[in-house]
This record gives sequence, C-alpha cells and structure tokens, in this order.
Amino acid sequence: MLKKRKRGGPGEINAGSMADIAFLLLIFFLVTTTMDTDVGILRLLPPIVEDMTPPDKVKQRNIYEVLVNDADQLLVEGQPMDIKDLREGAKEFMTNPGNSEDLPERTLVSRAECEQQVANFRSYVAQAQNETDKQNYQKQLEKWEDKLNAVKLLGDYKELPGAAVISLQTGSKTSYDMYVQVQNELEAAVRELRDELSKEKFGKKYTELSDIKEDEKNMIRAIRMVYPQRISEAEPVDVTQKAN
Amino acid sequence: MSRFKEKSNKGTPAISTASLPDIIFMLLFFFMVTTVMREVDLKVKVTLPEASEVEKLEDKALVDYIYIGPPVSSSLGTEPLIQLNDQYAKLDEIGPWVKANNDRRQEAEVPRITRSLKVDKETHMKIVTDVKQELRKANALKINYSTARGRQ
Repeated sequence: MLKKRKRGGPGEINAGSMADIAFLLLIFFLVTTTMDTDVGILRLLPPIVEDMTPPDKVKQRNIYEVLVNDADQLLVEGQPMDIKDLREGAKEFMTNPGNSEDLPERTLVSRAECEQQVANFRSYVAQAQNETDKQNYQKQLEKWEDKLNAVKLLGDYKELPGAAVISLQTGSKTSYDMYVQVQNELEAAVRELRDELSKEKFGKKYTELSDIKEDEKNMIRAIRMVYPQRISEAEPVDVTQKAN
Repeated sequence: MSRFKEKSNKGTPAISTASLPDIIFMLLFFFMVTTVMREVDLKVKVTLPEASEVEKLEDKALVDYIYIGPPVSSSLGTEPLIQLNDQYAKLDEIGPWVKANNDRRQEAEVPRITRSLKVDKETHMKIVTDVKQELRKANALKINYSTARGRQ
C-alpha cells in the first residue's frame, strides 16, 4: 500500500486557474496605471540680483510690452489687443519686416565679421592677464563662435539686438488661465518663426530636429541665434494702475 | 466523396491555450514595471489650463511639484492654498522645501531640477507671482507651468 502511494507521487497542482489569477492582476495594473507624462511650458526665471543698480535704459523700440489687467484684458504696446492677434504681433516684433522705427533694428551678421571676431577673441583669451578677463573673453568667444556656426549654416542673417525682449506683466487678479494663454501665444510665435526658417533652410521643421544628432544640434543652435526666445519674467509690477 | 467527408468530420483542432498564462504574465510584468503610483494625495483642487505649445518633462525623478488651488475640504475656505509634498504650506516654507529637495539629490543634478507648477486655472496671479519670487530667492530658476494638452 505504502509503495503504491509513493509511486504515484504528489499529484500535480492544477495550473488551470493561473491565467485567471494573472488576468486579475493585469486588470488591476491596467486600471491603476497613469501613462500621462507631465507636459507644460518651460521657463527660466531670472536670478535675483543683489545690487539694485537700475538697468541700462533700454530703448522703447526694443521692448514689446504686454500687459494683462485684472479683467484679463490685453494691452500691447499701449494698444488694447485681442489674444488672437498677439501671435502675429509678437512675430512682427521679432522680424520687423517693414524696418519700422518702433520695432527693434535687426543688424546683419556676416561671415567675415564673425571670423574676424573669433580670431580676435582667441588671441585675447590666450593673452589674458588674469582669470576674470579670461572668463569674459571666453564668453565673448563662445558667443561669436555660435554666430559663426549660424552663418555657416544659414548664410548671412539678421540678428535681433541683445536688448530686444518681450516683457510680460500681469495684474494681481489676472487669472492664471489667461496668463498661460498669453505665454502660449508668445511661445507659439517664436516656434512658428523658427519652423519657417528651418523649413526654408533645412527642409525640416524646427520642432522635428533632434538634438541627439550632432549636425541637427548645430542647426538648432543656429536657428536659436536668429530667433532667440526672450520672454522676460520680470520683477512683478502691479499693472492695475498702468492699464487703467 | 468519402475523402471530403472525412475532412469535414475532423474539424479544426482546438487552439492550444497552454501559452495563454505566459502571454498574460508578460503583459502583467510590462504594466507592473511601467506603473508609477501617485506619490502624493492632492489636497487642493487643480484644473490645469490648456495650452498647445507644450513640452514634455523628460526626467520624472528631477521634477518637484508645487500645487496651488482651492482646498478640497470646504472647511478651509475657497482661497487658493499652496501644497508642497503632502501638506499645505505657507510662502516662506518654499525656500526650505527647495533646499531639502536639493540636498536629497546629487550635486550635479541640482541645476537640472525642474519645479513644476500645477496651478488651478481660476487662481489669481498674485499667489503665483509670490511663489515665483520665492523660487527665485531660493535659486530654483527652472520652472514649468504645467498644462493640459489642448486648444487649437
């Protein structure tokens, strides 16, 4: 009797319900999983400056002033504006197609000039007396190298002055929704300009360039030189008074 | 004739379901690995505004969230509150919070940390601006206005 039992061994566990159990777990994870990744508008805040020296007086033509009041109404460059027109307005500011006196003057950057400046700053860096000078020259050198890169890829181009900036100010009761919409329109203006330029020069949209490939990385840098994204998250100023 | 008959009698053999558990397990492991459980309980109501020009936040491990919105429990009123981690916070707690989060990470990663602002769209800008000023003071400059994908 004993022998018989041994020979049979313990019966196999029925694995028929294994699939059901796995299904149950699977459904649990399917339900709890959130696949959404966080998306949003990325911004860099300016660092706080300790010394309160008033900044150089920037020419009015170099500032694109966007005010949003407490009632979510827009005042752009002193004129009331609908949010729908903001994108075109910002694009006009950045391109200045009619060489208007009220919009930033874009200066031509040529290859010869870039090569000259790069050579100059190379020698300055090499001859710099102290560390701070060297760092300053190094920064200048990098800036000109970036420009040279842009000229190589795009040909001579027109550059926005360094002071040109879109300044966005809100009232204390402006809704966050409106603020995001304005940010979105400004972002869209820059993106559309970059896309157009990229399409014309490289046959590919700017947003389709990937920074993993070395040559496309340079293209991105070049396009950013022509249309920099300069939206100022300036010191908060209550615009309630101004806008009224 | 008999040949045809024979065939139809046989019918198609049943599909073997022996590998079904394996397939299910594979799916199960996929979901187990990709699942990220929600880290905090939301104590404020946040309806994100919509935007079209959005970018993805690449590295989830390097994102900290600040929630701003009206509190969930109505006993606390309807004024928007700030939530850091799992609790309500005041403005002056943002600085220490940033520092604590920086210390938690490797030094090289600190400049790459993004603070994602999840703000209810009905909120007034006052509180958002104040939070931004606090972040600037704490030298946490990389921020993200979290939005939903939409519009246009």
